[in-house]
Amino acid sequence: MIQKYTLKFKAISLLTTAALLLASCGKGTEKNATDQIVVFNYGDYIDRSILGQFEKETGIKVVYEEFLTPEAMYTKYKNGTVKYDLICCSDYMVDKMVKEKEVKEIDYNSMENIGNIGDTYWKVSESFDKGHKYNVPYFWGTVGILYNTTMVDKVPESWNDLWDSHYKNNIIMQNSVRDSFIPPLVLDGCSINTTDETSLRKALEALKEQKSLVQSYLVDEVRDDMVNEQAAMAVIYSGEASLASEYNEDLEYVVPEEGSNVWMDSWVIPADGRNYEGAVKFLDFLCRADIAEKNFEYVYYSTPNEAVLDNIDEEEKEEDTAIFPDDNVLDRCEMFTYLGPEAEALYNRLWKELKVY
Amino acid sequence: MKKLGSMLLAGPYIIWMVLFTIIPLCLILYNAFTNTDGNFTLDNITAITDYVNAKPLFLSLSMSLVVTLTCFLLSFPLALVLSKYSKNKNSIIVMVFILPMWMNFMLRTLAWRLILLNNGFLNKGLGILGFDPVYLMNTKAAVILGTAYDYFPFMLLPIYNALVKIDKDVINAAKDLGATSFVILKRIMLPLSLPGIISGITMVFVPSMSEFVIADMLGGNKVYLIGNVIEQAFNSGYADVHLGSGLSLSLMVLIIISMVIYKLFDKGEGGHGIW
Repeated sequence: MIQKYTLKFKAISLLTTAALLLASCGKGTEKNATDQIVVFNYGDYIDRSILGQFEKETGIKVVYEEFLTPEAMYTKYKNGTVKYDLICCSDYMVDKMVKEKEVKEIDYNSMENIGNIGDTYWKVSESFDKGHKYNVPYFWGTVGILYNTTMVDKVPESWNDLWDSHYKNNIIMQNSVRDSFIPPLVLDGCSINTTDETSLRKALEALKEQKSLVQSYLVDEVRDDMVNEQAAMAVIYSGEASLASEYNEDLEYVVPEEGSNVWMDSWVIPADGRNYEGAVKFLDFLCRADIAEKNFEYVYYSTPNEAVLDNIDEEEKEEDTAIFPDDNVLDRCEMFTYLGPEAEALYNRLWKELKVY
Repeated sequence: MKKLGSMLLAGPYIIWMVLFTIIPLCLILYNAFTNTDGNFTLDNITAITDYVNAKPLFLSLSMSLVVTLTCFLLSFPLALVLSKYSKNKNSIIVMVFILPMWMNFMLRTLAWRLILLNNGFLNKGLGILGFDPVYLMNTKAAVILGTAYDYFPFMLLPIYNALVKIDKDVINAAKDLGATSFVILKRIMLPLSLPGIISGITMVFVPSMSEFVIADMLGGNKVYLIGNVIEQAFNSGYADVHLGSGLSLSLMVLIIISMVIYKLFDKGEGGHGIW
């Protein structure tokens, strides 16, 4: 789960250091808690100009901090030195925080623009926030196959195409355990969150069988290698796929018909935040059509904001199916949940068995 | 007084060694023999016999043997030639062979990636010459090639240094007494350069045993060495420093044993003047 962010994070590690410096400055001004909000987000995951715009419009100062991984965020949040008013994080971490009652209910009624978030996305967020009380969806994406139209005979529609011996040495898989188990588990009709050893062993056998066809198991390099036409097909995150097809127009993205993984990053208001009103105001501001559009253009991941989606012309949508998938794509996708230490150890063991096979 | 003086001179390094060698070693030892609850256990040591760890270990062992042999076969003849033609130790020719070491080794490995890729420089060149492409990228061969390339200077330099030190009069005397070139090589050059060969072999074999970055970059994560297993144990989402320490310890012991065997073997052979 963490790995999809690594690329972005490497690029902004410097910014993070700057943000940490900012944090120490932030402490000094904490006294006027109502004039400011402290926001904690992934690195390079917002158009920073909208922060200034928010300050200008509302007079509330935004202290903005960035983190690298959900785990790092959680450690720092728990540490409690800085009281955050808003945190944006991934599905499973939000799940954890909701279960631990670390977050406040969000007063959706006081938000003018909350209606911009489409029902589909509220439904998706149910898997980590039942009855949606605590989160506001920010961006989301899927896992699928990126393929080069000049290198495949027919458009891949099924995960089975990754087992087609015709593409020997022409397939790139994700070098992370949960992601690489998606195709065999989905093909077998299992949940991608299964902890049943028999199903997982069966999936492992399929992956072992596939290993002789796989060119490489990569993370950050998947996009580059596909742009450079090293392989015909690769398992990839939708955001990366969209960026890749910007560099090479022969690349297309598909979410296989059997289903896949969907992820979502959402905003939550931590229980010990000091400026609840300000935080809700900021969330409302983020949902406002013009702001959401500006932010979407910068981040360019799938947005749950329908006001933004309505404004994008059909041509652009058709061109980039990675960012604008069909409505039914979400129905066949499942979110990852946290499996607990025992199941993670099992996954880790199976992963090693695949690696030494 | 003299003793105190030399103690003072060694002081900075002793501090360095305690901080960056002794203390980390103690930490590894402690972690290797404990589990996450802090209780004593031998599980992390015996883990090396588990096939998911043993298989990468043997792969590392066989691959570093191939790398060491390749480096030796490449550098010994070259060192012979270089020592013959360059009387001056700082000659430009020798520098040319060491020049790549001035560049960061990650960059050099990345360059190999660009060369070996399916449509990289190698295959473009072969295509121009009318040959079929070769798919070396993401294979064991690519990892061996990259490792041998990176460690080649570490084999060349000590052998070269040992060879230039051989007194030319010794060789001339042998020639006068009617020795053929082969006999000179076998009875004079090889035994006299043995210390250089041994340090060359040590400097190539030991680091390539624990190599993992080259396997990552050129092996497409399909070549899984013991170094990768240990790195994953420390770095992956399910990090287990105890297992990683146990495996590191096993690897260290294995390398020490192989060096001891090697030294014994070398003494026996050299001492009896078999060359």
